[in-house]
Amino acid sequence: MEYLAKVNSTPLYFVVGAVLLFVACGCLWFIVRSYKAGIKIGMDKEILKKAITSSAFFTVLPAVSILLGVIALSGSLGVPTAWLRLSVVGNLSYEAIAAESASQAMGVTLDTSVLTPSNLVTIIAVMTTGICWGIISTIFFCKKYSTKCQKMLSKGSGTGKKSFADWAMVAMFIGFCGTFIGAYTAQAVRGTWVPLFTAVVAAIVMKVCEFLSDKKNVKWLDNFALALSMLVAMAASVIVSL
Amino acid sequence: MESFDYSEYEKSLHRDGRIMNAIGIALLFSIPFIFSLILGAHIEWKGYVSGVLRLSLTYLPICVVEFLVYVPILGAGASYLSFITGNIINMKLPCAYNAREIAGTEAGTPEDGIITTLSVAVSSLVTMLVIFIGVLLLIPLTPILQNPTLKPAFDNLLPALFGALAAQYFTKSWKITAVPLILMTLLCILIPSLVKQTTVMMIVVGAMAIGIAFLLYKKGLLEEKEEK
Repeated sequence: MEYLAKVNSTPLYFVVGAVLLFVACGCLWFIVRSYKAGIKIGMDKEILKKAITSSAFFTVLPAVSILLGVIALSGSLGVPTAWLRLSVVGNLSYEAIAAESASQAMGVTLDTSVLTPSNLVTIIAVMTTGICWGIISTIFFCKKYSTKCQKMLSKGSGTGKKSFADWAMVAMFIGFCGTFIGAYTAQAVRGTWVPLFTAVVAAIVMKVCEFLSDKKNVKWLDNFALALSMLVAMAASVIVSL
Repeated sequence: MESFDYSEYEKSLHRDGRIMNAIGIALLFSIPFIFSLILGAHIEWKGYVSGVLRLSLTYLPICVVEFLVYVPILGAGASYLSFITGNIINMKLPCAYNAREIAGTEAGTPEDGIITTLSVAVSSLVTMLVIFIGVLLLIPLTPILQNPTLKPAFDNLLPALFGALAAQYFTKSWKITAVPLILMTLLCILIPSLVKQTTVMMIVVGAMAIGIAFLLYKKGLLEEKEEK
């Protein structure tokens, strides 16, 4: 009990809050700068606003799911640590694996009756180091690499015809989706059919939204289509699991 | 329209992104030390080294590959933000793609870079806000969110996400879709443990899909079934 009281103490919340405030300010800064740049290069304000609203709506459901991860992780690491770790850098699966890995390396388990504050700070240090490579790569290599990629990708753009770069982007996402849908199909073959069922429901709702937007001119649906498809599919997964 | 130097904007984007991520990572590394001071604790260095070695065996190559794969898709501004805010595959990437679809921008163009940056920045802010509100309301929210009835909904978040995205992307080219989808299905049937390795497999399958697209493109077999 003493461990949990310590790792949930108020000063830790302030420290985490300060770090997150810095990142939030950075995001705001990027929003303002990119919005202004968009206007200056002649982009339609409505398009920019649509990008903002659709992104905000899309994010809510996955964010609630991440909140569940905060609740799960806070049981052993305390709320401030879970809040920090899932608000920035990693994701739930990484953080859980990293915490488990670090605790095993110290010869303890993620059990509040055996964990100490020293275990906690060691776990946080391991979590941070284990996933810092992506951020460090952006600091040292993003400028050169993204400039090179942009040059390659922009070849053929503006011709009205779909360039290979556009097809490569589509193909990559087809590959990503194919990976997950393939895995869910295999699970369904083995008897676990709810993930595939959920995916199919989401796909159907998405197609209905596209139909309504394209054929019936219900353009406002564009902003909500992805979030709506996910919401209906997730609700369907609850119903079939009752 | 007033004159605007986009390349200057890009340069400043890189400068700001680097500064933000450098300060961000320094702050994150300082957390265990600050917590140590507050809690009167200390880092167990032996456990730290052993834990980092265990993790790095898996995550160092993943981080490098993720950097190589995600930067071309997201563009510079969105990349700086995505790597510092995390949750890339389950949130930032689909979010940026969705915004790009809605805006109808072409890959590699300034417009596309602006849309993906806006999208990822907004997504990161909303995530932080939702989690912040959740932390404030943790006590009343916990029993609701952990209600067993709602568990399948959160367990099936990724199927819902990738189902909706598949509906958008598979229909763009079934020729590209067929092989990766069938192959991944067969592989996961034959080797069930691969189902738990989707984050690694998606990079392999994504690369394969690009290879297929390249062959089809060279042979002129990719039809222009353009999006709205």
